[in-house]
Amino acid sequence: MPEITLSQAVNQAIAEEMRRDETVFLIGEDVAEAGTPFKVTSGLVEEFSTERIIDTPISEPGFMGLAVGAAMTGSRPIVDLMFGDFLFLVMDQLCNQAAKIHYMSGGKLNVPLVLRTNLGATRRSAAQHSQSLHALVAHIPGLKVAMPSSAYEAKGLLKTAIRDDNPVVIFEDKLMYQDKAFVPEEEYCLPFGKAAILREGTDVTLIGTSSMRQVCEKAALLLEQDGISAEVIDPRTLVPLDENTILDSVKRTSRAIVVDEGHQNFGTTAEIAARISEKAFYFLDAPVIRMGAMDVPIPFSPVLEDITVPTAAVVAEKAKKIVAGELIHAL
Amino acid sequence: MYTQMVKIRVFEDNANQLYLDAKMPGLTHMYSGEEAVAVGICEALRVTDKITSTHRGHGHCMAKGADFRQMFCELLGKVKGYCRGKGGSMHIADQTNGNLGANAIVGGSMGIATGSALRAKLQKSDDVTVCFFGDGATAQGLMYEVMNMAALWKLPVIYACENNGYSEYTSTDEIAAGEILERARAFGIKAFNVDGQDVIAVNKLASELVEKARKGKGPFFIELMTYRYHGHHVGDINRTYYRSKEEETEWKKNRDPIEILGTFLKTEGIANDDELRELYSKVRSEASEAVDYAINADYPDISEVDMHVFQEG
Repeated sequence: MPEITLSQAVNQAIAEEMRRDETVFLIGEDVAEAGTPFKVTSGLVEEFSTERIIDTPISEPGFMGLAVGAAMTGSRPIVDLMFGDFLFLVMDQLCNQAAKIHYMSGGKLNVPLVLRTNLGATRRSAAQHSQSLHALVAHIPGLKVAMPSSAYEAKGLLKTAIRDDNPVVIFEDKLMYQDKAFVPEEEYCLPFGKAAILREGTDVTLIGTSSMRQVCEKAALLLEQDGISAEVIDPRTLVPLDENTILDSVKRTSRAIVVDEGHQNFGTTAEIAARISEKAFYFLDAPVIRMGAMDVPIPFSPVLEDITVPTAAVVAEKAKKIVAGELIHAL
Repeated sequence: MYTQMVKIRVFEDNANQLYLDAKMPGLTHMYSGEEAVAVGICEALRVTDKITSTHRGHGHCMAKGADFRQMFCELLGKVKGYCRGKGGSMHIADQTNGNLGANAIVGGSMGIATGSALRAKLQKSDDVTVCFFGDGATAQGLMYEVMNMAALWKLPVIYACENNGYSEYTSTDEIAAGEILERARAFGIKAFNVDGQDVIAVNKLASELVEKARKGKGPFFIELMTYRYHGHHVGDINRTYYRSKEEETEWKKNRDPIEILGTFLKTEGIANDDELRELYSKVRSEASEAVDYAINADYPDISEVDMHVFQEG
């Protein structure tokens, strides 16, 4: 099994799906010769030409709208949104149009499009290029949300997204584009709504999305040194969410920490923690803990930025406290 | 074209009555007075050509081939409506006739129309997409983003600006700087002004542009000068603060699109008064039959509330 970067995995997924289905095309800013600032789409234009790898003006609402119309009439567009922060620019086309068209038409029209974008801070890019906005999108009925946490997930989830008949937003972690993982040579797709248990444990369940999966895995290693056995779960998709895998785990460990890079207030961590509290309350030995990004715009200065995002050490520290049975006000 | 315009007028008269009788949930926006725009353009289109519509969309829908029964059912939230009662007046879509849907966000469908045209070009289809929108929508930034791309890529789309003189409750003069046509021309898009009350003139221009767009010579922009007989919506009754009764009377009396075509048909000896009256009354009885059908039709079963959030499978 070859080891490839997340960037290469995404590139392979797009190329394979474009070969398989000629209605698939890619549209966005600097996706052709430039291959995007992260060089994710490099080389695709040589194979598929500028007819299917379409460079646009800097008009996010415009090309998002074009993708919606093309998807409604028989194409399967992949929209490349250069930074997740630009989601705010495309909100009407994504949330008022794409998300609602199938429902509003009584099931007659479909919008099979994929919006590829990214999340993640700590690149010293400041407040308008560092946000993790997946919770905003997950809030809107009609949109699916995928959160790959390595090259393996990035390829498998993107291929599934492209084949899905609904609008799917897929968030890649900017810091992970050069991270390598083993990816099967043979073709594969990863199902939506199926979480992965990355490590089994008995004392606490750490649920980590996207960039926070690695944080949880590292925290689990730290906890192991203290004799605490942590289970690590990656939900892989937020919509649909594999509630059962999470609940089954928490029922066994009786403790849970949800870690996600979006802001903590009203966020992904809150949603997952609430579901655990509602549905596994009597199995819990401690309050469910949320750990998201601090509720501040992401600052530029490295000394400030680094403390806005959960780290393995902080996650392990919290886990130790709840395993030790300390009260919530002590957290 | 005369019949189609009469159907729209009669449909709207009935919809207004349903609102006044409190038989229709919510509000609706009347197309009366603007019939020649939708009919003149849609008569130049094939069934496979696409349109996108607006919150004032009943006229486009009828002109593109929709039927009374399913339209009235949708207005009343019935399961036999075009969208199973989930869309209502502002979201009627009829994909079998190429209608990609009305849109309750002003200017919201400009991307969709242009995207439909991009798809046609990519898939080597010769269908044309017409994007209907009002003068109010010309204040939306999305329009300029998509016109830029449509012009760059020579997409088969026609932007049809129904200038009815009012952006909701505000005169267009107060919201639009400069000339609307010049905005399209700035992108190198050929832009035309036409009397939107003269269905023959609209149809002649639309037919020429549609055929050119079909051959890859698009996009085009048309500004159609027209008038909205009713208020912004059916509840907008007291409107003298933004436009005068005299102005309304003048348009209704001297610039009515149905009257203009009727006079032409009579002058040319194509139809006489009796025939036109008979046609009108036939359409009226079809409409009232459809209204009765819709009133007696079933609401959706409540189990449908969470159907169609996602396409399954």
